[in-house]
Amino acid sequence: MLRRLTVLIAGFATAACIGSPASAYLVYVSNERDNTVSVVDSTSMEVVRTIDVGQRPRGITISHDGKFLYLCASDDDTIQIIETATYQIVGTLPSGPDPELFVLSPDGKTLYVANEDDNLVTVIDLESRSVRAEVPVGVEPEGMGVSPDGKTLVNTSETTNMAHFIDTATHEITHNVLVDSRPRFAEFKPDNSEVWVSSEIGGTVSVIDNRSREIKHKITFEIPGLREESIQPVGVRITADGARAYVALGPANRVAVIDAKTYQVEKYVLVGQRVWQLAFTPDQKMVISTNGVSNDITFIDVATNEAIQSVTVGALPWGVVVHPN
Amino acid sequence: MRLASEMVYSLEQMGRAVLHVLIRFAYALLAASTFSSAVAQEPSPAPTDGTEAEQVSEIKVGYLRAYAPQLALSVLDVPPRDEGVAGAEVAIGDNNTTGRFLGQKFTFQVSEVKPDAEVGPAFNDLVSKGAFYILADLSAAQLLSIADLAREKGVLIFNVGATDDRLREEGCRANVFHTAPTRTMLADGLAQYLIWKQWRRWVLVHGSHERDKLYAEALRRAATRFGGEIVAEKEFTDTGTARRTDSGVVQIQRQIPVFTQGFPDHDVLLVADESEVFGTYVPYRTWVPRPVAGTAGLIPSAWHPASEQWGGTQIQNRFAKAIGRRMLSKDMAAWTAARIIGEAATRTQSADPEKLEAFIRGDDFSVAAFKGQKLTFRKWNWQLRQPIFLGDGRSVVSTSPQEGFLHQITDLDTLGIDQPETRCVMR
Repeated sequence: MLRRLTVLIAGFATAACIGSPASAYLVYVSNERDNTVSVVDSTSMEVVRTIDVGQRPRGITISHDGKFLYLCASDDDTIQIIETATYQIVGTLPSGPDPELFVLSPDGKTLYVANEDDNLVTVIDLESRSVRAEVPVGVEPEGMGVSPDGKTLVNTSETTNMAHFIDTATHEITHNVLVDSRPRFAEFKPDNSEVWVSSEIGGTVSVIDNRSREIKHKITFEIPGLREESIQPVGVRITADGARAYVALGPANRVAVIDAKTYQVEKYVLVGQRVWQLAFTPDQKMVISTNGVSNDITFIDVATNEAIQSVTVGALPWGVVVHPN
Repeated sequence: MRLASEMVYSLEQMGRAVLHVLIRFAYALLAASTFSSAVAQEPSPAPTDGTEAEQVSEIKVGYLRAYAPQLALSVLDVPPRDEGVAGAEVAIGDNNTTGRFLGQKFTFQVSEVKPDAEVGPAFNDLVSKGAFYILADLSAAQLLSIADLAREKGVLIFNVGATDDRLREEGCRANVFHTAPTRTMLADGLAQYLIWKQWRRWVLVHGSHERDKLYAEALRRAATRFGGEIVAEKEFTDTGTARRTDSGVVQIQRQIPVFTQGFPDHDVLLVADESEVFGTYVPYRTWVPRPVAGTAGLIPSAWHPASEQWGGTQIQNRFAKAIGRRMLSKDMAAWTAARIIGEAATRTQSADPEKLEAFIRGDDFSVAAFKGQKLTFRKWNWQLRQPIFLGDGRSVVSTSPQEGFLHQITDLDTLGIDQPETRCVMR
């Protein structure tokens, strides 16, 4: 009797859990080909709005208060500021030429931008909208990661094949770590202990120890029936508790789920074609992938690591960010 | 001094390696400072990366080319004066940007000879100045004339210009790497697409020069290999007429239809005219309305000036900014060769030719060149595996290998002569 009751209660609890609607968030997706940003409701999983933006929008992020979206309009050589309340473009930032990816400092005051054409990282003060520094890096800077303590910026250069560690106080490179071919993305662990760098052509993720600044582990991927060459890691996201990592695998059409402590791949989640970037919802219940070739995004349930639903957005979806509240 | 310590290390090795290093050392001592460190770098201080960047080691790359102004049927197709060389220059610039972080400096010198001229002296001159890596844009005969000389001196040659299969087959050499694709790779890339389109019946018009016939032969081989059928062939004989005249268009409009009249029913007309005698005139002027492919129409190539896939926009922008024109196939072959040298220097963190060579020949070697996957060498003849672009004058139509053309090692080996068929006996 007692056991049955327990089962009943447990069942009830589960049902309640499933029944309670997850918080609704707005998801912003940059569509590289058709110069728009799609706004998707995370609950209804429908496109609720399409914003016309500058040419070839790629990197996208949002201010901590959720009031402004920052968007790399690569072919316009500018970063656009979009007010989320009105969806109007309210200003631009003086990025260098061809901005592709950027990262916001943890205090929300500084934007670090990778300028692919000029081999520079540009440091932009958001309040004054002015360039504070330019840091020369390797060929084709792309991935940008900032440590949660705000002290260290990591930029990856795609042809030089290095992760450049930059001291955010001095804007000087302190370490250069050689990684595999075409490093695309840098993501710190929440406790500042490691930075994960994906190598698109090399097909690996290098886990770099943030203290020694040396590679402590290299994650490789193997998917039955797929050629090694088609597994091309790009976007990386690590959960807030540091337990798990998600890695977008490009033309392998899958997102790898990795135990962030043992570095073992637990699962490959089939999403859409050519998976580029990833973003969590603020409650960390969902991770969303942009699937460039199939023109959609996929919601993955973090609890079960199942793909829940794909939503068609604009042409060649590239970057994704979720409104913080 | 870095070089001296490498000397000591190398002297402990046995056999030919010692001789090579001695020769290299001697040449390095003789080296004149005529090498330039090329384009596209912004002056920026070396980073404070411990002690690494304090000592600068130099890696000299030579570029040996046969050059004479060339005519083309369309003025748009006249090769730019620096075709190929410009690609190497941009790569040397890229290598130097990376080199700043590792204390490596890459320098570059170009030497030109006339087509079919003796290249030995120019080669010896480059090597005497310390270049252990020579990018060669030469005819097959010229290249073979220096290959053995290069081996004696421990010099690696990167063939960036010659598409001749024989350089990878009966004429293969252990010290010659090929970043240019072969004619069979190009023809196979094209044929796969035509088969994918279900355009299986072809007629072939080829020129009367040797290289036109070699291109035609590659197309015939591709037809047999992938299930195409060449239902008729015709030679367009070069009678030595002027390439372009004021009133030429009127005649061409009448001549080409007549020339292509009477072919059996076909899906595609293939053109093999590397010599630029008639190929450009074929599209839109055929007797029956059919697409044209080969050296005109839909053209297979190592690179396309409009490719923006796989990060291509970045190299295209960088190239255009540095050189002031679009990037062509030979530029890409040369860029890739110079990047291979740079990649080897970065990965080994060394300027020692012996270490660089071992890395390039090693199992872990690969290079990224904006073609969507890593490129590796075929170890049986040192040909770089690579996808083939198919484009018209304006845009990329497709890239091969096509979906469904499978291979047990890598799908890239569905392009060109494969290991079981090779006639290469490495020496």
